[in-house]
Amino acid sequence: MKKQVRYAIAAALVAATSIAITPAQAEIRIGAIFSVTGPAAFLGEPERRTVELYVDRINTAGGVNGEKIKLIAYDDGADANKARLLAQRLIDDDKVVAIIGSTLTGPSLAIGSVASEAKIPVMALGGGVPIAEPVKPWVFKVGHTDRMICQKIFGELQARKLTKIGLVAGTDAFGNSMRNECLKQAKTHDITIVVDERHGPQDSDITPQLTNVRSAAGLQAVVHTGFGETATIFARNYRQLGITVPLYESAGVAAPNYIKLTGAAAEGVRLPAPAVLVYDQLAKDDSQYKVVTDYAKAYQAKYNEPASQFGGFAYDALHMLVMTYQKNKTTDPAKTRETLEAIGPYVGVTGTFNFSAKDHLGLDLSSFRMVEVSGGSFRLKN
Amino acid sequence: MDRRPAYWRYTPLLVLGVFAIGFGLLVDNSFYLRIAALVWAMGIAAVGLNMLMGEAGQVSLGHAAFIGIGSYTVAIGPAQFGLDPLFCVLIGLFLSCAIALVIGRPILRLEGYYLSVATLGLGYLVSLVIVSETALTGGPDGLAVPRATVFSVRLAGAGIWYWICAACLGIAVLLAINLQNSPTGRAFRSLHDSETAAAALGIDVGAKKLVAFVLAAAYGSFAGSLIALMNGFAAPANASFIQSIELVAMVVIGGSGSVLGAVVGAAVLVVLSQVFVSFHDYETLLIGLMIMLFMIFLRRGIVPGLAHLVGAR
Amino acid sequence: MAEFLQFVFSGLTVGAIYALVALGFTLIYNASRVVNFAQGEFVMIGGVATAVLHTAGLPLLVAAAGAVAIAGLAGFLLHQFAIKPARDASIAALIIITMGASLLLRGLTQLVVDKQIHSIPAFSGEATIEVLGATLQPQTLWVIGGSIVVLAMLQFLLNRTLVGQALQAVAANPLAARLVGIKVSAMLALAFVISAVIGGVGGVLVTPITLTRYDVGTVLALKGFSAAMVGGMGSPLGAVIGGLFVGLLESFGAGYVSSTYKDAVAVIAMLVVLMVAPRGLIGHRSAERV
Repeated sequence: MKKQVRYAIAAALVAATSIAITPAQAEIRIGAIFSVTGPAAFLGEPERRTVELYVDRINTAGGVNGEKIKLIAYDDGADANKARLLAQRLIDDDKVVAIIGSTLTGPSLAIGSVASEAKIPVMALGGGVPIAEPVKPWVFKVGHTDRMICQKIFGELQARKLTKIGLVAGTDAFGNSMRNECLKQAKTHDITIVVDERHGPQDSDITPQLTNVRSAAGLQAVVHTGFGETATIFARNYRQLGITVPLYESAGVAAPNYIKLTGAAAEGVRLPAPAVLVYDQLAKDDSQYKVVTDYAKAYQAKYNEPASQFGGFAYDALHMLVMTYQKNKTTDPAKTRETLEAIGPYVGVTGTFNFSAKDHLGLDLSSFRMVEVSGGSFRLKN
Repeated sequence: MDRRPAYWRYTPLLVLGVFAIGFGLLVDNSFYLRIAALVWAMGIAAVGLNMLMGEAGQVSLGHAAFIGIGSYTVAIGPAQFGLDPLFCVLIGLFLSCAIALVIGRPILRLEGYYLSVATLGLGYLVSLVIVSETALTGGPDGLAVPRATVFSVRLAGAGIWYWICAACLGIAVLLAINLQNSPTGRAFRSLHDSETAAAALGIDVGAKKLVAFVLAAAYGSFAGSLIALMNGFAAPANASFIQSIELVAMVVIGGSGSVLGAVVGAAVLVVLSQVFVSFHDYETLLIGLMIMLFMIFLRRGIVPGLAHLVGAR
Repeated sequence: MAEFLQFVFSGLTVGAIYALVALGFTLIYNASRVVNFAQGEFVMIGGVATAVLHTAGLPLLVAAAGAVAIAGLAGFLLHQFAIKPARDASIAALIIITMGASLLLRGLTQLVVDKQIHSIPAFSGEATIEVLGATLQPQTLWVIGGSIVVLAMLQFLLNRTLVGQALQAVAANPLAARLVGIKVSAMLALAFVISAVIGGVGGVLVTPITLTRYDVGTVLALKGFSAAMVGGMGSPLGAVIGGLFVGLLESFGAGYVSSTYKDAVAVIAMLVVLMVAPRGLIGHRSAERV
């Protein structure tokens, strides 16, 4: 190549590299990994949107300690291997000081293990019990566990004296985890599981399993781990087969479309849910009233759809991090971790958090309200 | 007749070696090293599949099953039986080869699409068992893999795994090239052209196909074990249908029949998915587009396509 | 008895869905020996587009017609830009291309529409029909009816029309077909468009039962593909029989064996069929040119 051309290329490369390594302005780099595509999209999408909305708000209001937050968000597509790689990217390449994520348990554990080795705090949003049990020093769980969902449902079933139940769980991660926890919690709540069926996460017809459920002797209630299309299909098949015993669902049906898609078949379905699902029915003196209402209104205004509890997890994760940065006047990971362990009580969208060195879950059953689908919308019971 | 000296066939190995050593010495960023290590490991699986698909012409749409078996033996062995993780790599190899032998015989009698749907079924079954047997495999959430130790050196960290994977790939490629130029390799290629003609020439078609299948299974299993050990984790995604298709894409995009092509294909797919990760909503669209463009314009695959352009051979 | 019948109804419901998807594979395969893995996306487009157009205010029939037209267009574009340029590629390469196309279509839908679940109202209401103690959704009858109509039309096209004969000639020997004056490329384009339309219609018919979303294409394609294989790839009757067979097996598997492994029951049965009757239940014998 001619000399001039070579020099020109070299000069261009040098210029480009200098621009690339210009020292960045002081900013707080927070990483986030959500499952925005894939089977958990309806959980991951509100999570990402919430974090983006509030990082924007915080920055517009002047940032944290005068520094703006730089949010670096990736999508792991519900794949734990991808989540691991993305966590490594956030830590090694993007140099973040904390990670929020991921949406599901498998990826959350993967991120947790990577971040623990690098000593970066993780605010995990997955629902599995193993995330916070045993306690991993650098991993904080934001959101209730599947065990808590079972406990809340079983608690009510016990109170209503409906102790012979049918359990129908999807073979996906959520269904699996719920089923395991429910099987374990059954004895402590005097519940007998008289029929135990599974279905695939993409089944279009669940009548065979429900036929077996219907013919179980002494059936008094049914607990289902529905989400996505199967939540609607299940409810429809349930009514189609004329099963009349109470049906309990859980987090998976607290999606904006569930009632609209399922229609009349959803009437009477009960589920434990955090306050944000029924924010317009909260008493004004409820401790969560202000934070939940503000969040629900802001989310609805920006995205034109109701806020979801999963977005609420992300809200709490972000705000707890920001709180520690404001308090410590530094984003040092080790200090952040210590302060997080002493946080509490922090009244968030999900519930009241009380972390401690021995408790990285921080929530108790009071963060749940029992909700029923009634008259075409979610109504607060009790 | 190929008039070049015999050692010419090892050029792919040389190219890979130079690149791998150069990259490993020059690059400091541990994230890039991890990506590269993943490329090397997936490359091993792709080279194996290339033997089956590219050489012997048998399309397998369920090959990730063997990656899954390799990944999970290295997780279940220590967790359930207290075995050493590295020893479990051998168990994984053994298990994969055994399954390939047993299933291979009836499946390989099928042709064309029938063979591919049978392999699809196999992949699906393995995937289903992995996801369903929670007590054994951790179910959809996967299973942790303990860190392996060799002579009391803990195998952890981007750098160590980069070199381990590169070395393993080097050996895998060496063996593959030797196979290509052996009577067995030539037999594979004759199968690809026409099984009837090969049989007429006295080649034991069934036996040769089985050999290719078992070898590919072994390569896949080894790659799966490497990946699980490197990540410290075995996930159901390792054995998924998507993973099987990605493998096929690696072989085809890189160049079916070319050992170097398989590794290049692995590099393209792994790097591509990382490059597009910041594009959020456009990721699926862009990957689909890239795959289509590669296949339409570089139909032979990257390595043979470029070789053709440059006029070699 | 009522239980058994319920399982049968469930199997027919699911099976008819698989059959409709499987029918979409047959024409393209008949014309070019290509298995179009993007076929599931055509079904998805049929469902999603109808749902979106209907929610936007269009009457259901108009929305459905529009959606099917969009699917047909997608099929045409797929042929023009992906299959035609790569005509002499190997089977594996074509599989990858159509899979790439499936990703492309999925990604486009994700951007243009959204990631939410959508649905279409059932055509004749949701009041279940009761037969001998078992219940059936009315929409199932629409799906079964639709499969039979498409089956009849395909049989007619392939066996009794010149176009159908031309399509099969193109697959048997493209060069010879060209020599007798058949426009190979146009025939292939036609095959893709018709298959896409079949897929789109399938999407419209099944969405009231299955609901739909931007990423339902892959699973549908896989199940439809397996069903077509079991019945005999390339045979419309095989597609329907294969679909019903797989659907019934899944239903009985879920009801009588194990609901965790119900999909395994269907896959194992499919593998057995492949071993025993490699050309599928209805498949034709064909000779291979050496």
